[in-house]
Amino acid sequence: MKSNRPPIANFFPRDRSWHPKAYTPDYKTSILRSPSRALVAFGNSVSETSGPAFGHEIIGPLDNDLILNFAQPGMSAIGERIMVQGRVLDERGQPVPGVLIEFWQANAGGRYRHKKDGYLAPLDPNFGGCGRTLSGDDGAYAFRTVRPGPYPWPNGPNEWRPAHIHFSVFGHGFAQRLITQMYFEGDPLISRCPIVRTINDDRAVGQLTARLDMEASAPMDALTYRFDIVLRGSRSTLFENRMEGN
Amino acid sequence: MATPIERPLYPVKESASQTAGPYVHIGLTPNFCGITGVYDTDLGATMVTDQTKGERITLEGRVFDGGGYLLTDALVEIWQADADGIYHQTAESDFSGWGRAPAHAETGIFRFETVKPGRVAFPDGRMQAPHINVWIAARGINLGLNTRIYFDDEAEANAADPVLGRIEHRDRVTTLIARRDGNSYIHDIHLQGPQETVFFDI
Repeated sequence: MKSNRPPIANFFPRDRSWHPKAYTPDYKTSILRSPSRALVAFGNSVSETSGPAFGHEIIGPLDNDLILNFAQPGMSAIGERIMVQGRVLDERGQPVPGVLIEFWQANAGGRYRHKKDGYLAPLDPNFGGCGRTLSGDDGAYAFRTVRPGPYPWPNGPNEWRPAHIHFSVFGHGFAQRLITQMYFEGDPLISRCPIVRTINDDRAVGQLTARLDMEASAPMDALTYRFDIVLRGSRSTLFENRMEGN
Repeated sequence: MATPIERPLYPVKESASQTAGPYVHIGLTPNFCGITGVYDTDLGATMVTDQTKGERITLEGRVFDGGGYLLTDALVEIWQADADGIYHQTAESDFSGWGRAPAHAETGIFRFETVKPGRVAFPDGRMQAPHINVWIAARGINLGLNTRIYFDDEAEANAADPVLGRIEHRDRVTTLIARRDGNSYIHDIHLQGPQETVFFDI
């Protein structure tokens, strides 16, 4: 849909006390990378309420299978086989269909396929660490991977990231753009992590913690973790749109 | 009589942001960082085709931290209208309007080959000056940063732009204006410090 008309829907303001603050000195890299001046606020225009669309033609058959998408023929990635399933919702609880979700992660030993990662754990020749998919009409998405390992990082003398998968999500408007991380329930490193602790509200951390879903797991194959992603909601402008909103 | 129960009006809150971390390129530009064979190309690397209407421009810049140090691990995305001021919210178009560029691993330069955008309306009907919407993610950035890029050869339109007009400290407006050099626009972004770029709460 092309659009040059004034917007009919504004996004709910971002709750910046729910998100991490920019300056979180226990996560050291944020010290010099955090704006210190006030953000300038203005109501959404079409520049913010519109956003790019992605079609199914960009998605390859193995894009949502990290066990196979980098593996040699007949091979597969090493590690605990898991599936991640969930829905993309907005703050009204409505599904957000047709949006691009990208994910990346360390391998089962906690090592990234990146020249700047020098951790002792070996690379897995059959694991690249990236994947992507589109949410369905009901907002649902799924992918298969191996559970990433925790790993040490140099923020402090002995600090470890909990096992996590990075997520990048598009909504329908550029102002919904979001990057976050998914954690695994029961991981004792979650509450110790300075990056997790940039978030002030335990409920917000809980929302980023995927839960084991035995019912959706594949017997003798893979456990399933459930992780819903919530994007900013939007409101209609009364009279410009429908009285009942959207 | 029962006490009122605190019940949120809306059922769920937006997922809290977490930093993109140092390895964002694995996920978003894997070919750029040497992970080949998974995706044919990196998304957002090409914005224009031979059929795209409008003036071709190169937009390039760097991102600096509060110590004046260059970021070589930043990821920059842009979203813009076409030359006629229309946003293309469709996958089938001669111009996507969306681009994604990693900072170069040594020079820190991000670069987009695009077209100069036309003007789009503000909700109150005033026209905005031509601009490109920018979103920055990197290690150390806890929540993606929104800013805009305007053009130094659009002084008249910039002076009447409703968003630029919201900036209280007028000397900071220049932090959003790219400098033309031939067919290129050069625009550095400063995350912090005396030259700190204006970032938006949109």
